[in-house]
Amino acid sequence: MNIIVPIKQVPNLTDELEINDEGTDLAHDMVQYVLNEFDEHALEEAVLIKESVGGTVTVIGVDTTGELDGILHLALAKGADKAMKITGDFMPGTPSHVQAQLIADAIRTLAPDIVLTGVQAADDRDGQIGPMLAAHLNLPYVGVVTGVSITDGQAIVHKEYAGGVMAEFIVALPMVVGVQAAHRPPRYAPVSKIRQIAKTARIEALAGVETAQAGSTVRRMFKPEAAGHAEMWDGTPDEIAEKIADLLAEKGLLKRTL
Amino acid sequence: MSNDIFVLAEHFKGQVADITYEMTGKARQLATALGGQTVGVLLGNDMATLAASIGADRVLYVNDPALTHFNPEAYGRVLHALIQKHNPRVMMIGSTSMGMDLAAALSITTGLPLIAYVTALDVEEGTLVATSQIYGGKIQAEAIPDGEACIISCLAGAFPAEAGRVETGQRAVETIPSPVPLDDLRVRFVQLIEPAGGDVDITQQAILVSIGRGISGAENVELAQELAEALGGAVSASRPVTDAGWLPKTRQVGKSGLTVKPKVYLALGISGAPEHLEGMRNSELIIAINTDPKAPIFDVAHYGATCDMLDLMPALTEAIKARQAA
Amino acid sequence: MTVKYEKAVAIEKESVIVDGVDISGPWNRMFEQRVIFEYTPERIEEIASIPGAESFAYCYQCAKCVPVCPVDVVGNYGPRKLYRYVQTGMDLSQAPELWLCTTCANCLRVCPKEVNMVHIMPAVREQAILDGKFVPPELQQAFENTAKFGNPLGQPQRKRDAWVSKAGVPVPIIKDVGRPVAVLWYVGSYPSYHPRGMDAACAAARIFNALGIDFAILGKEEKDDGDSQRLAGEKGLFEALAEYNIATFNKYEWDEMVVTGPHELNAFKKVYPQYGFRRPVVHYTTFLVRYLDRLKPLLKYPVNKKVTFHDPCYLGRHDGEYEAPRRLLEAIPGLELVEMGRNRENGYCCGGGGGGMWLDSFTTNHTTMRLSEKRVMEAAATGADVLAVCCPFEVSRFEDAVKSTGNDHLLVRDILELLDASMRGSP
Repeated sequence: MNIIVPIKQVPNLTDELEINDEGTDLAHDMVQYVLNEFDEHALEEAVLIKESVGGTVTVIGVDTTGELDGILHLALAKGADKAMKITGDFMPGTPSHVQAQLIADAIRTLAPDIVLTGVQAADDRDGQIGPMLAAHLNLPYVGVVTGVSITDGQAIVHKEYAGGVMAEFIVALPMVVGVQAAHRPPRYAPVSKIRQIAKTARIEALAGVETAQAGSTVRRMFKPEAAGHAEMWDGTPDEIAEKIADLLAEKGLLKRTL
Repeated sequence: MSNDIFVLAEHFKGQVADITYEMTGKARQLATALGGQTVGVLLGNDMATLAASIGADRVLYVNDPALTHFNPEAYGRVLHALIQKHNPRVMMIGSTSMGMDLAAALSITTGLPLIAYVTALDVEEGTLVATSQIYGGKIQAEAIPDGEACIISCLAGAFPAEAGRVETGQRAVETIPSPVPLDDLRVRFVQLIEPAGGDVDITQQAILVSIGRGISGAENVELAQELAEALGGAVSASRPVTDAGWLPKTRQVGKSGLTVKPKVYLALGISGAPEHLEGMRNSELIIAINTDPKAPIFDVAHYGATCDMLDLMPALTEAIKARQAA
Repeated sequence: MTVKYEKAVAIEKESVIVDGVDISGPWNRMFEQRVIFEYTPERIEEIASIPGAESFAYCYQCAKCVPVCPVDVVGNYGPRKLYRYVQTGMDLSQAPELWLCTTCANCLRVCPKEVNMVHIMPAVREQAILDGKFVPPELQQAFENTAKFGNPLGQPQRKRDAWVSKAGVPVPIIKDVGRPVAVLWYVGSYPSYHPRGMDAACAAARIFNALGIDFAILGKEEKDDGDSQRLAGEKGLFEALAEYNIATFNKYEWDEMVVTGPHELNAFKKVYPQYGFRRPVVHYTTFLVRYLDRLKPLLKYPVNKKVTFHDPCYLGRHDGEYEAPRRLLEAIPGLELVEMGRNRENGYCCGGGGGGMWLDSFTTNHTTMRLSEKRVMEAAATGADVLAVCCPFEVSRFEDAVKSTGNDHLLVRDILELLDASMRGSP
């Protein structure tokens, strides 16, 4: 099977994010970029499919930071067979519409049997890449998927709804899947393996030509004001426990045991 | 292009989802400002009653067996055809499991701009302004679509459902067959799979002891169970806890879990990511415990403290038992 | 009903011909492999063939190691037991036993054959990880955090020196100092980011200032030593960090490095020489004890507590430093030092070393209680008010254990905090 996994780099969210001077975008130079965690799951699911029915897993991304190679090496260490990057004058924060168009242009001729990508990313202000790819390639799409199995040129996918309910679909391949979570947590890639791959791997670079647009313009980007804030209590856990118990008792919420 | 505001009405297991009301309520405000009508779009089969319950000036009800259950391919084709035919000013779609399969694809097939994760939507002097919540809820971006018509994907809970529920639009329902063939779909719905039954329904509990990553491990869940028992409530959790298998999915509160409105919501070791807040922010009394004073949960909680939840739980269990025995 | 019995088949050759002469007889069974087990002993070879794990095969099962192994006290463990398990067919690379060793080296101390778990465990773990075998998720997270963010806690690099603003005294950043310094103080990840670690870091800053030490820290340039990650199997990660750390250390001129924790002491003093770094490194206790004459007059306030001291494995057994921490404690007025039974060379591990810091969620299923809980009970039994430590892993481990064993009266304090309390009069 020809399995393709489009990925993107996103800002590391555990860090403080700052706004640029113009107030219209993130201060990207202060940001650390990591692999989108949903794409990590898509990659794991792809490798699991490969291990189950055979094939090759190709990982592809748009290099918006000049530092995509490190992430592609990580992906190769996690089980991908090939890595491709789309190069050009792309800046951090390149909109999803543009990335989807670039990736679709690149993979159209590769004739994938299945495309797996993360269901969403933290910077998808103009929408998610998976469905856009499917639309560009005229392939069926199912997103928020937590399990893919392949039989006879078809994929059985489980789509998550709220409350633990899932919908089962059978889809004729080729298709695009928006992965919410892989069957099992993404496997570990030891640093020595990543470093070894960094020395020997060949990443195929493709020049990308941008024709799409985000479709909307940000006039202001800002950190939200907290609408209100909790009344904060100080003290030891025992003291806090007393305060909570008092509050509940006051509100008549403590049941009496007999 | 008309100035109509189209709203994709979401339904599940025979009921109209809350998000539909949230969007129709907001749609009324937009339509008034833009001089258009609100149009509810319902795709389904044998759902005339549902169609009649949607508060909008008009309801376009597309009736077809292939639309009985949500099917991204079928729904996508139909919506595309409707948009092409009616040229609404705004197509509002929920940022939900169903909506996320549709909005971005439609943006490509129709060529209309899409603004996603929208928490605020207004008209300023005839121009639509949408605010998106991105980067894990840490950043908001106010944007204007290039061009007048657009697709807006709305976060659940962004707009009040009440406004949509009291909507008194004419609700003139037009029932039509599918405008496009639906007999050659590549995506086939098979069945719904319910989670393992026999567990507590947390949406019916008055008191929830909700645990997050701070619980640190399965062995500590017991402490939460004891506290919940003492309170006469139940244990619920944020996604990391159910993902790790420490509690079943049926206990998960949040966007991909359940929405709860208990009298008391004790958020222990939960940071308050937007996806979680979506599921509990309307609880009557929210008390949050988190060692990080900057945790977003404190923005929605009524009371909070930064002590360690693993210390607090047994202490609170004792304090409650002491009061109950007194 | 008749029961059918099968006659036992003799395990012996039918006939025995040696050098062309038929000497068959009742002794034929001498010439066949004596059947004592149904498994293959090849697994011992498998392990011993991994570079670094050769000494696993040296074990002659004297079992001196088992009574001193901290994990055996709360489970079933020790090199001799592992040897037997492997001999009887256990695949160590896929067994939970692979992740229970804390590399405390108490076994090595008593082993007549020098079976070296401190070398064996990391080697087998590394192989297991490279072969894609199971890695406990919590440990995997610590590896990934260290690789991405330079610390196992997953905190941003940019915030590594945020604690400095809490110290209340100057903490120079070496990049800004712009001249050679006498002491480069390597703070460490837990003292930089963990709330209780930061308490010790602030105390250290105040002590260094009070003593007039010419010191500076790396600040945002500092990354984790990675030693425990190395012992948990991530040698590649350790080497990547070593490359970075050595280059960073060598950017600056300093006479001596002082470290807050014994694990980084081990990395920088014992392992970094292999990577070309041979500059002087000492633990803060070894360092401060040189200044006792200057320090004593500053310790104005009595700390009227009974204090017992826990020897960190990587300062004690691994580095041979048992006295400096004790001399520092004894210098504090009012402080009564009591010893636990298992002290100095026979100290009982807190469970944090060798990756144990990030394996509690895993080991809890394989031990009757945590090592830290066992140790806290021992500390409490001395009647002490305070359990003194000098390794940043220990404070949070012991404080958790104090709560879970119901010994809430027992305070856990780094020696730095006790010295600081005696200097400033805080409780």
